Amino acid sequence: MARSERVDVMVAMNVQTYAEDMASVRPGGWLIYDSTWPRSQLLDREDIDVVGVPLSRMCNEHFDTVRARILMKNIAYVGVVAALLDIDVEVIHSLLGETFASKSHLVESNLEAIRIGYDYACKNFQCPLPVRVEKMDKTADHIIIDGNTAAGLGCVYAGATVGAWYPITPSTSLMDAYKMFCKQYRVDEEGKKRFCIVQAEDELAAIGVVLGAAWNGARAFTPTSGPGISLMNEFIGFAYYAEVPAVIFDVQRTGPSTGMPTRTQQCDLLFCAYASHGDTRHVLLFPSNPAECFYMAPAAFDLADRLQTPVMVLSDIDIGMNDWMCPDLKWDNEYKPDKGKVLSAEDLQGMEKFYRYLDVDGDGIPYRTLPGEDPKGAYFTRGSGHSKYGTYTENPDDYQEVVDRLLIKWDTARGLVPEPEIQYSKFNQNAILSLGSCDGAVKEAIVKLKEKNIGLNYCRVRAFPFSDAIRDFIDKHDRIYVVEQNRDAQLRTLLMLDIDAAPEKLLPMLHYNGLPVSADFIMDRVLDESAKGQAA
Amino acid sequence: MSYMAKPKVSHPNMPRNKLGLTVRDYEGGVSTLCAGCGHDSITAAIIQAVFELGIEPHRLAKTSGIGCSSKTPAYFASQSHGFNSVHGRMASVTTGANAANRDLTYIGVSGDGDSLSIGMGQFAHVIRRNLNMCYIIENNGVYGLTKGQYSASADVGSVAKKAEPNRQMPIDPVSTAIGLGATYIARSFSGDKQQLVPLIKGALTHRGFALLDVISPCVTFNDNQGSTKSYAYTRQHFHRVIDADYIEPSAEIVAAYNEGEALPVQLHDGSNIVFRKLDKDYDPTSRAAAFSFLRDSINQGEIITGLLYINQSTGDMHSDENTVASPLSQLTYDELNPGRKKLAELMHRYR
Repeated sequence: MARSERVDVMVAMNVQTYAEDMASVRPGGWLIYDSTWPRSQLLDREDIDVVGVPLSRMCNEHFDTVRARILMKNIAYVGVVAALLDIDVEVIHSLLGETFASKSHLVESNLEAIRIGYDYACKNFQCPLPVRVEKMDKTADHIIIDGNTAAGLGCVYAGATVGAWYPITPSTSLMDAYKMFCKQYRVDEEGKKRFCIVQAEDELAAIGVVLGAAWNGARAFTPTSGPGISLMNEFIGFAYYAEVPAVIFDVQRTGPSTGMPTRTQQCDLLFCAYASHGDTRHVLLFPSNPAECFYMAPAAFDLADRLQTPVMVLSDIDIGMNDWMCPDLKWDNEYKPDKGKVLSAEDLQGMEKFYRYLDVDGDGIPYRTLPGEDPKGAYFTRGSGHSKYGTYTENPDDYQEVVDRLLIKWDTARGLVPEPEIQYSKFNQNAILSLGSCDGAVKEAIVKLKEKNIGLNYCRVRAFPFSDAIRDFIDKHDRIYVVEQNRDAQLRTLLMLDIDAAPEKLLPMLHYNGLPVSADFIMDRVLDESAKGQAA
Repeated sequence: MSYMAKPKVSHPNMPRNKLGLTVRDYEGGVSTLCAGCGHDSITAAIIQAVFELGIEPHRLAKTSGIGCSSKTPAYFASQSHGFNSVHGRMASVTTGANAANRDLTYIGVSGDGDSLSIGMGQFAHVIRRNLNMCYIIENNGVYGLTKGQYSASADVGSVAKKAEPNRQMPIDPVSTAIGLGATYIARSFSGDKQQLVPLIKGALTHRGFALLDVISPCVTFNDNQGSTKSYAYTRQHFHRVIDADYIEPSAEIVAAYNEGEALPVQLHDGSNIVFRKLDKDYDPTSRAAAFSFLRDSINQGEIITGLLYINQSTGDMHSDENTVASPLSQLTYDELNPGRKKLAELMHRYR
């Protein structure tokens, strides 16, 4: 289930947004408000139930200090809601105990406030309401976690030792999580750290630190958001051309420019896919929930090391900062990091001569050496024109040979990136193709549309470049709704650019106001399109 | 211009260092800079310094940005890895490299444009991190590759070839570094190899951030009359205030020094820098004294050279961060991976 756009029960505590809050309640829903002061008659609605509770008056009567009187209003309504929705008060008690573990004196006053609200609601209204909370056991073996925390944890499990960053909303909590888990798992008996976090002066430096560390053999990463990627562009192109691994987490926020830093979008797809000047292409991963943020972290490092190129993991605010319910994260102890084609001193001793950019294996991926290993492995890493031998060049053929080989590597990448998640039935001619945090809304919409006899298949792409499975999926359908959260249909454009997908087949379905896309939005659009199709 | 390997011409009687290598083993490709460029003299001094120190070639890592200066790591130590990064970003790349492997010796070569304009932020912050590296600015007051525009180190009134006199205040890397708290700060002149070699050796050995600002005339765009960064002007106005001898850890200090003029300072590996004070009032361990002496000399139109300031009492980025002694890049995955059981336990926190 995805987030709904409809509000069943609204608690309107904020005078400034009162009218807006009330308008968002669905017909037949409930509005709870502080009835201490009279409400404007202009704001009445006939189609909802209004529940007035004199929260301010009750708190003024029960509490002595001004501070408590103001603060406790916001707790007293929890008691009202608990009574109306039949929430177990014991659960609230235990949560309060956890929240104020270090300030136990606050537990008493908070409990009292809840009791006031609860008793008032029970006495004055018919409790519970027809909508209510019911205890279920569907959450066994599940956790509640946000994507940034999961990604930070994933970096620890991936074996990343160097993290560089510049603080930016909404990616900050990713590095906070990495630091927290490192302190828990990566400090030795003497208190020494098996990790190094560099809070850089800006994103230009953060990515530079990542490249320096990766060049030197460490797994290194940087978390950022759109504006940070803008600044990193020059180095991303360098890493592509000089073939240095790097892992970048882009927790996308609403653009362009500063945009709405606290709102979500999938607006950096095209920009990340081709970041930096010149002919460049980058491997992207698209997690759809926090669990996937965790598992895609080691996958990103493996790909970056294997392909010797930057890999960007594109989550967004919705995944990164909101709590989601996910199956327990599990770790396979058999996992070994894929460090890619790195020659050891021993390997080098057995070679006549080492050249950095030769395509020895025909997969477009050359061998690399690490500083400090052996004098035979020395080479000069440069962003200027270079030949397959690693030497500076302005020779047209030598230059072109290298950039052509990078295309062979791109095709190798196509076969290495995570495959799409596909729901397919041969009875459906139409489908939805989407990515990332749209997943919940898409799946819910597909179920609801099925009830209306509209059957749709589903392909959730998990990486760029697009694998053959995605091309096949598109080929098999007459019409594909491309659901994504940006204005300019960036995923659709990428499909056209990367695998020549036929534009007439791909119907853009775009949600980009900064809020997460809902199932209703997708369902309504599909119904509109279906109606149009029938009329025509 | 294509890359050219320098032919190795060696003589059996050439001096060898403690590794049995000759100076030829520390050379690089043929320079493509203009004949007479100061940078080539600095390259020669670097080769001499790393040879004399007996650094294993593959344990040296060379980094640079963009510009004439930043091309030079291709001209020395061809058996060492090099990272010619993007404009003004050598400091961040070196930070990452050092974070990953603290055991290598890092030498970064930059220019006045690369460090004082586009890379000013990174220059300041690498000092702040006290990164264990030798940072060389090959300072000529102009942008050479783009044909002679003034850089931020050009002096007021200085005239480059075919240009109006510079009117903007210069940024002096040495004063800036003292202000920011760098722990080894030297200035020299590309034409003074005798002074330069021990300064580079000290900078490579010093633990923490070492800055070497080397006046290095641009023969093509800024070596004319009226320029304050020309060979002629620098030779007339440079003033060695304090020379420094680098003494190997095992060696004794044998040179004769006049009473009150010699000041030995021990480096972390047991080697010594012995200051020879040509100006007896100068105290190279006082930041305030170094700064005021430097500003006075600038006001008098003098270019003072030598090891102007040293502080051996601080650590570096790794000691500040309290990282393990072995390089992070060489830790095994078993040392980094918390494992399946720990993850299962952690899940209870997120129920």
